[in-house]
Amino acid sequence: MATAAISSSKPKKAHRISSSREDRIFDICNYIFLVLLMVVTLYPFLNTAAISLNQANDTIRGGIYLWPRLFTWDNYAYVFKEASVFHATMISVLRSVIGTVVTVFCSAMVAYTISRQDFVLRKFVTLAFILTMYFNGGLIPNFLLVRELGMLGTFSVYIIPGIIGVFNLIIIRSFIDGLPESILESARIDGAGDFTTFIKIVLPLCVPVLATVALFTAVYQWNSWFDVFLYNSSYQELSTLQYELQKILQNSNASLTARTASDAFANANNDAANAVTPMAVRATMTIVASLPIIMVYPFLQKYFVKGMMVGGVKG
Amino acid sequence: MENTPLTASAKTESNKPAGFFTKLVRQRALVLMSVPFILWLFIFKYLPLWGWTIAFQDFKPAKGFFNQRWVGFEHFSFLFQDERFLRVLRNTLAMSSINLALGFVTAIILALLLNEVRHVYFKRVVQTVSYLPHFISWVVAASIVQSTLSPDGIINQMMLWFGWVDKGNEILFLGIGEYFWGIFGASSVWKDVGWNTIVYLAAMTMIDPAQYEAAKMDGANRFQRIWYVTLPGIKPVIIVLLIMQIGHLLEAGFEPQYLLGNGMNVDYSEVIDIFVLKYGIAQGNFSLSVAAGMFKTVVSFILLFAANYLAKRMGESRLF
Repeated sequence: MATAAISSSKPKKAHRISSSREDRIFDICNYIFLVLLMVVTLYPFLNTAAISLNQANDTIRGGIYLWPRLFTWDNYAYVFKEASVFHATMISVLRSVIGTVVTVFCSAMVAYTISRQDFVLRKFVTLAFILTMYFNGGLIPNFLLVRELGMLGTFSVYIIPGIIGVFNLIIIRSFIDGLPESILESARIDGAGDFTTFIKIVLPLCVPVLATVALFTAVYQWNSWFDVFLYNSSYQELSTLQYELQKILQNSNASLTARTASDAFANANNDAANAVTPMAVRATMTIVASLPIIMVYPFLQKYFVKGMMVGGVKG
Repeated sequence: MENTPLTASAKTESNKPAGFFTKLVRQRALVLMSVPFILWLFIFKYLPLWGWTIAFQDFKPAKGFFNQRWVGFEHFSFLFQDERFLRVLRNTLAMSSINLALGFVTAIILALLLNEVRHVYFKRVVQTVSYLPHFISWVVAASIVQSTLSPDGIINQMMLWFGWVDKGNEILFLGIGEYFWGIFGASSVWKDVGWNTIVYLAAMTMIDPAQYEAAKMDGANRFQRIWYVTLPGIKPVIIVLLIMQIGHLLEAGFEPQYLLGNGMNVDYSEVIDIFVLKYGIAQGNFSLSVAAGMFKTVVSFILLFAANYLAKRMGESRLF
């Protein structure tokens, strides 16, 4: 305030110049800061990628930063030769695809019914879902339920308990609310039933919001490891990529006490025939587990930003 | 199936021209599209609440649900005398407060800075990059954090370079309990700061450009425009989000603490969810574990309702 009062008493021209110099300094600092932020965000990924593409025994010497010193695909070949990793990748892909399709379709269907102002059960259905935002049974009761239902050790435990999320319902519903009523009306006048209207008219119109929900669900499914750990940890054939990585992480956590470098070195000598080290395997698995997401999300940016704007304020 | 809702809602629907039952039959497609999911909701979301009775029993899994011995609030009183639980409660509150304060401040600052960028392309690139860590799993993030902080990781390398540590004496960051809250806060910010700017940036686009023009005419500089125009413009959004976050005060997260926790930092890394997991699944003490989980849910429930009430009182009825 004080500076504003002072500068207003100065001649106009002088003020202009000083303010634009100030502006430029601000801009430069701002740009430097944002570039630094990008470096801090990206460096760990690039470093991990470099380690995964560098000859494992050479990595132990240190000094790998942004690019590999001795380039090789050996680490990836080693990791995928491991039958469990390949199988876990398949399970991850499968649960991402099936889970996403089921969630998107079912969420859209329920969202459509509660968007219909004339639906007699609208309030009941809406309230039943909204209430679940405020509580959940918790870990043990959910575990006991899944056990009682005989779902331990099955693939269905990845899909069924999480079919519909309230957040998804809210964003799809508010999207449908924004559609022109006349389109839905004309479909009904043409004699289309409610289900036909949903499939033929509502679903195609909802593609932008469904893309958002699909992205969130696919990311959630791809990234889950806790349900694998909780329900299926003794069923290796249902393990996922993230859970395999979690086990690796847990191992290296345990050996943290014993000075990682020397530890890894000892292991490296043991594994000399394979020319891989725990460090290289971990880096490679980390990249494998995150690459699909890194490659997809930038293209869906405009969708999820919109979804967040609706959901962030309402959810 | 059709009888129960009939009697329940007959009164509320009686003023409508067609009867409830007639309408239900006419809308059978809509009913078939939603009621199966109500059934699903009941089984997977409401039925587990019954499991809370375990907290008041001396639960023995072998005995079946109906033959348990009831013990009242015994487990709850044990919890609040248990040193470990009190420590877990302290960690939970500390980490969620750190997350709350740090998360808000950093996201608002970043949103303000992004809002000042005039090169659209540069802004887009920064935004896209900053969203990246949000989409990767905590397993991947924890793996990255762990190698960044390891003795041969980049942090120690830089400290060596600056001469802050000596070779061979690198700091084992994750092995020192006192550092854990800071590590947790920093990694949470790293992961979500970009993502959290979305709502603020959206709110900033709603600010009338005429306000900036007027401020400029009055001789306000960049900082003053940010302080007197942009910040007040997003104040309602900040308040709503802040209130909503209060409802999650006992939700400090689970994955980062579980994945980055180890024997050496356990006194600072263990949160309520980990306590529940360790007592319940690992040690089989279901009753104590459910009591701890129930305590968390009930307190969160009260906090959420209080937060909603507060938000409505302040004229922001947009929570649901």
